[in-house]
Amino acid sequence: MHRRVRRRYTIERWFRGVGFAAVALSILFLAFLLFNMGSKGLGGFSRYEAALPIDFTRSDLFLDPATLRGPDAEQTVASADLESAISKAAVEAYGPDADEMFGDAAITKLTKVIFADPTMLGGTSTLWLPVGSKLDVAAKGDSDAANEKLVDVLQARHSLRRTFNADFLTASDSTDPTSAGVWGALKGTFLTILVTMGLAFPVGVLAAVYLEEFATRNRWTDAIEVSINNLAAVPSIIFGLLGLAVFLNVMNLPRSAPLVGGMTLALMTMPVIVIAGRNAIKTVPPSIRDAALGVGASKMQVTFHHVLPLALPGILTGTIIGMARALGETAPLLMIGMRAFIAAPPTGMTAPATVLPVQIFLWSDEVDRGFVEKTSAAIIVLLLFMLLMNGLAIYLRNRFERRW
Amino acid sequence: MSLGLALVAVLAIAFATAWVGFARGRRLRTAGRLHSLPVYHGAYAALWAAIPALLLLAAWAPFQSQMVNQAVLASPEGRALPRFEMQRESILSEAQEIADGERDQGFNPESSSLAPRIRAAQQRYAMMGGVAAILVALGTAALAVRRSKPQFRARAGVERWVMIVLFAASLIAILTTLGIFLSLMFESLRFFRLYPLQSFVFGLQWSPQTAIRADQAGSSGAFGAIPLLWGTFFIGAIIAMVVAVPLGLMCAIYLTQYAHPRVRSWLKPILEILAGIPTVVYGYFAALTVAPVVRDLGLRLGIESASSESALAAGLVMGIMIIPFISSMADDSIAAVPQSMRDGSLAMGATTSETIRRVLLPGALPGVMGGILLAVSRAIGETMIVVMAAGLAASLTLNPFASVTTVTTQIVQLLTGDQEFDSAKTLAAFALGLALFLITLLLNLIALRIVRRYQEQYE
Repeated sequence: MHRRVRRRYTIERWFRGVGFAAVALSILFLAFLLFNMGSKGLGGFSRYEAALPIDFTRSDLFLDPATLRGPDAEQTVASADLESAISKAAVEAYGPDADEMFGDAAITKLTKVIFADPTMLGGTSTLWLPVGSKLDVAAKGDSDAANEKLVDVLQARHSLRRTFNADFLTASDSTDPTSAGVWGALKGTFLTILVTMGLAFPVGVLAAVYLEEFATRNRWTDAIEVSINNLAAVPSIIFGLLGLAVFLNVMNLPRSAPLVGGMTLALMTMPVIVIAGRNAIKTVPPSIRDAALGVGASKMQVTFHHVLPLALPGILTGTIIGMARALGETAPLLMIGMRAFIAAPPTGMTAPATVLPVQIFLWSDEVDRGFVEKTSAAIIVLLLFMLLMNGLAIYLRNRFERRW
Repeated sequence: MSLGLALVAVLAIAFATAWVGFARGRRLRTAGRLHSLPVYHGAYAALWAAIPALLLLAAWAPFQSQMVNQAVLASPEGRALPRFEMQRESILSEAQEIADGERDQGFNPESSSLAPRIRAAQQRYAMMGGVAAILVALGTAALAVRRSKPQFRARAGVERWVMIVLFAASLIAILTTLGIFLSLMFESLRFFRLYPLQSFVFGLQWSPQTAIRADQAGSSGAFGAIPLLWGTFFIGAIIAMVVAVPLGLMCAIYLTQYAHPRVRSWLKPILEILAGIPTVVYGYFAALTVAPVVRDLGLRLGIESASSESALAAGLVMGIMIIPFISSMADDSIAAVPQSMRDGSLAMGATTSETIRRVLLPGALPGVMGGILLAVSRAIGETMIVVMAAGLAASLTLNPFASVTTVTTQIVQLLTGDQEFDSAKTLAAFALGLALFLITLLLNLIALRIVRRYQEQYE
C-alpha cells in the first residue's frame, strides 16, 4: 500500500516534470531561434571600411572640377571609370592581392565624396571606403585564406575600421551585398499594407456589423458565415493563385505591383477582421442597445452611434493582428510575381515592388556569403516591425478595452 | 476626358448635391416640422447622386478597354499587325504603354503608329462613358433633391442605402470563396484537357521539367500527384505532428493544470510568439541552421542518402511553428470539460496526473482530435518552410533524412519564372492548388464538425 502510494506520487512528479519540460523546450526553441537570427544579423548593420590613399592627378579619371558643377555632372562622373581608379589605388597601397578589395558600395561613396568636394580631384587624399563583400566577410572572421591575409595587412596598418552601415537602411536591393539595403522592400511593404488596410478594414468591419446586428438567419447569412470561417483557414498560397488568375490574368493589372499584392492580402485578411469584429461587437452589452432604442434611435443609429464606437478598440486590436500576419506573408506575393530583382524603391501603387519577407526569401537564395548576414539583418527588421504592431495591439487592448 | 476625371466630377456632383439637399432641408424646417434632420436630406441626395453613377463607371471601365481594343484592331494599322498571337499582344501592350505616356518608344516600330489610334479610341470611349456617368449623376441628384418635403422620410432612405452597402460588404466573402473555387476549377479543367485526370490523381511519377514541350505533355507520365501528396502528408501530417502534438499537448496541460496563474499569464504570450513569427523566418532557420545538423546526424547514423534538404528538417521546424496552435486548441477543449468531473476524480483520491490522464484527456479527446486535424490542415498548406527547406525531388520514401517535395513547393516552382500562361506546367499548378484547397476544406469541415458536436455534448 505504502509503496503503491509512493509510486503514484513518483509518477505524478514525473508527469509534472514532463509538462514543464515541454514548455521549457518550446521556449528554448524560441530563444534559440531569436538568438540565432540576432547573432547572425547584427553584423549586417555594420560594415568595414578601409583607408585608401588615392592620387587623383595620377589616375586616368580625367575629371575636371569645373565640369562637376555643370548640368550633366552626374553623367560625367558615371561615365568616368571610378572602379579601375579605385582598384589601381588599392593595388598601389596594399599589393597585387588588393585589386578587388572594393565593391559597388565604394564607388557609390566615392561619387558622393567627389560631388561634395570637387577640389580634391587636384591632389592626393586618403578616403575611408567600404570594402567589398569578400573582404567584409573575411574581416568578420569567416572566409578564405587570401582575404584573411589581406585583412591582417590592413589591420597591421590600422587602416580598417568598423562602422554603422547606413546604406542597409537607405538603399534598395543590389547584387552586391555590401551595398544592398532594405529601404525599397520597406517602402513596398508599406504601400502594400496600406492597400490591404484600406480595403480589408472597411469591408471587414461593415460585414461584421451586418452579420452581428442586422442579418436574419437564412440561407444567405449561413452561406456567408460558412465561407468566412472557411476563408480564415484556406492556405495563403491559394489566395496567391486567386490573385494570379483573377487580378493578373482576367483584370490585367500590372505584375508585382503593391496594388495587386495589397488586394490579394486584403482578401486573406478580411475574414480575420470579420471574426475579430464580430467578437468585439458581441461583447457590447444589450443594455446599451436597449437604452438607445428606448430613447427613439433607429436601429442604424444604435449601431453606428453607440455599438460600433464601443466595439472599436476590440476591432482595431483584431485588425492590427491581422495586418501583422499579412505583413509577414510571403507565399501569395510570390504567386503574383513580387519576386523580381528590383533595385529602386517603388514610385507608386502600380510600380514594380517587393516586400520585406520576399526580400528575405530572395536574399536567402543568394550564393554570396555576404548575403547571409544581410538576410538575418532583414529578418531582425521584420521581427521588429511585427513586435511593434503586436505591442500596439496589446497597448490598445489594455488601454481602451472595457470589461462590462 | 479620362474616366478618372469623370470619377472626380461625379464625386464633386455628389458633394454639391449633399450641400443643396442640406440647404433645402434647412429651408423646409422654417416652414414646419421635418420628419428627418436636414443632414439626412443632404446624405440621401448625395447617395443617390453618387452610387448609380459610380456603378455605371465601374461597369464601363472593362467594357471600354474591350471596345478600344476592337476599334484599334479594326483600324488599318491594326489590321496590318502580324497574325501570330504573342507578337501581336506584345506590340499592343507596347502601344498601350506609349499611349499612356509611360515610355516614348517601343521596340517594335508598329507600336508607335498604333499609339495615336489607341489614344483616340480611348478618348472617344472615355468621353462617352464619362458624359453618361455625369448625366446619370445629375439626373438622379435632381430627382433625389426634388423629393425632399417636410414629410419625406429621408433617414429611412439613407438607412436603406447603408443596409445595401453592409450586405454588399458581407457578400464579398462569398464572392471570394466562389472566386477561388471557380478560378481553380477553370484552370484545372484546362489542365485536365491536356493531361488525363486519372493519371494526375493516381500517377506515381512527377517530373514537370520533361513536359515543357507541348507534344510531350499528353504522352509522358510526368504529372502524377501521388509523390507530392505523400511528401506533403509525410512532412505536414507525420513529422510535424510527431513534434507538435506531444509538446503542444503537454504545454497545454502544464499551463492549465499545474502552472501558477501568474506564471501562466507570462508563459502563454511568450509561447504565442512562436505562432506570430513569419514563416519565411522559420524557412530560413530550417534551411540554414537545422538542415545541416539533421544531415550530419543522418550521416553519423550511417544513412548515406541523408540530404541537406531533408524532410526531417522542414517537418521539425514546422512542428515547432504549430506548437502554440495545438496548445491553444487543447487548452480550450480541456477547459470545456466540466469542473464537476475533475472534482469528482480528485475527491476519489486520484492524483492530479491521474485525473488528467484518466478523466480530462478522455473527456477532451474529441476536441483535441479536432484541433489536431485543423493543425494538419494548416501544416499541409504551409508554403515558405517547405519551399526553403524541403527539396524538389519527388520521391515516395519513408526515410525522413531523404529529400521529398510537397504540393506547395511545386506550386511555387511551377509558377515562378516566365512561362506562357497556357502551358501544361503553369496549369498543373492550379490543379495542385485545387487539390490542396479541397483537402484542406475537407479537413476543416471534419474538424469543425467534431469540435462543434463535442461542445454540444457538455452543454
